[in-house]
Amino acid sequence: MCGIVGLYLKNPALESQLGELFEPMLIAMTDRGPDSAGFAIYGDEVEDGTKLTLRHEDENYDWEALAESARAELNAEVSFFQNATVAVFKMHCSAETATAYVEEKAPEVLILSAGHSIEILKEVGLPEDIAANFNLKGMKGTHIVGHTRMATESAVTMAGSHPFSTGEDLCLVHNGSLSNPNWVRTELERHGIKFETENDSEVAAGYLMHRLREGDSLNEALNNAMTDLDGFFTFAIGTRDGFAVTRDPIACKPAVLAETEDYVAMASEYQALTTLPGIEDAKVWEPEAAKIYVWERS
Amino acid sequence: MKTLDLTTTSLREINQALHQQSSEATEREWLITGAKGDHNIACGLDAAISVDIKGHAGYYCAGMNKSAHVVVHGNAGQGVAENMMSGTVRVKGQASQSAGATAHGGLLVIEGDAGARCGISLKGAEIVVGGNVGHMSCFMAQAGALVVCGDAGDALGDSLYETKIFVKGSVASLGADCIEKEMTQENLDYLTDLLNRAGVDEDPKSFKRYGSARSLYNFKVDNVSAY
Repeated sequence: MCGIVGLYLKNPALESQLGELFEPMLIAMTDRGPDSAGFAIYGDEVEDGTKLTLRHEDENYDWEALAESARAELNAEVSFFQNATVAVFKMHCSAETATAYVEEKAPEVLILSAGHSIEILKEVGLPEDIAANFNLKGMKGTHIVGHTRMATESAVTMAGSHPFSTGEDLCLVHNGSLSNPNWVRTELERHGIKFETENDSEVAAGYLMHRLREGDSLNEALNNAMTDLDGFFTFAIGTRDGFAVTRDPIACKPAVLAETEDYVAMASEYQALTTLPGIEDAKVWEPEAAKIYVWERS
Repeated sequence: MKTLDLTTTSLREINQALHQQSSEATEREWLITGAKGDHNIACGLDAAISVDIKGHAGYYCAGMNKSAHVVVHGNAGQGVAENMMSGTVRVKGQASQSAGATAHGGLLVIEGDAGARCGISLKGAEIVVGGNVGHMSCFMAQAGALVVCGDAGDALGDSLYETKIFVKGSVASLGADCIEKEMTQENLDYLTDLLNRAGVDEDPKSFKRYGSARSLYNFKVDNVSAY
């Protein structure tokens, strides 16, 4: 079992409260996932350049040294801020250059996300502790998706926790279990997709990454997932401009959506939505099986 | 009327208070306020009491209900009135998947839509849905009835036994061994009575009836040589 939550703001006036609105949603799903938790927040756009979320387990890791060498060797502006075990780097170069540089120069550092807007933060532990650790409450942004994990088939590790990056500014959170992850993983490895864990959700993320690289639109990639991924899933996918929600054709895993003039919210269970303003009068419904719901800024 | 507030009283205490009514019913009317998607509200009731729940209910609300009359003034999560034995359960809003699963008796009314697998393995209860039902509704349903005033999703009545299904709107697809059947006067009388009891204002003549073709669960004499 796992919990999924997502919040997409339609009203820009709420953007300064995104973290504050979202934190109780994530914590409400602790019963569904007390092992680990994480979220991908979108905001603070880097228009001209790349934003990387980097992670090292040592909070005293020398991020400044990495930034300094990147400035010199890439001849690009590099700034960063640290948040617990994570550092968000803003680099004036392409995502390919930025990720290749970090992979080569600092192989001990894990790249959690790359893009213009996305920041992925995740750890092992109770959702409440993780939210406090990263000061989720104080975060601003346009939209956010999160996950609370109760591992069933693979280890409880930071690398196995969600969200998973699926490409620039893209991420996936998953509730469910796939029945054919090993076969799909083998296929994807042939196409050059790399995997860090034995986790089936990472396979789903890798699958989407592959389809998108092959030129699929998000809609096409998710439609193809309905055919190629066997098993149970409710997915929430964060994109630069919004988020998407979909369930497998059997729709065993729960999902509920709520919409008001101010926001669209999704959660595994209604309990996670009760603290949102105006939820009493929101349109609340259950997403249909095999249907892809997308909200994006046009 | 006795009022219990879920924001100040634990669910366990509330359910315990309701369960105590089975040995001696001291209070006929109960109001539960502050429901915010909590699971297992008013489960396992066994007394002729009426329970009104204000707010949205989580999973398995009014599960295993016997004799009680439960009304959810909001939406209900999955498995509402699952394995109900008797009594009535009414959901004013919408219900998630597996509403009325395996219910043996009683009446479940969902005024809005019901999700997937509504009435799965139904064993005798009656379910009336004001809106639509999702896919695989009445899967392997054995007895009782499902009335859908809106549309039904895919694979309606798959592997159906003897549950009667009435749908007013469209059916996305019928499941294995489920077929449209003639609406007899007897069926019309039954449906009229059921809609009345459910308090749903619909013209019984506007419904179509579906049932089992009985080709899956009857022994085929052609197969006798296999034994």
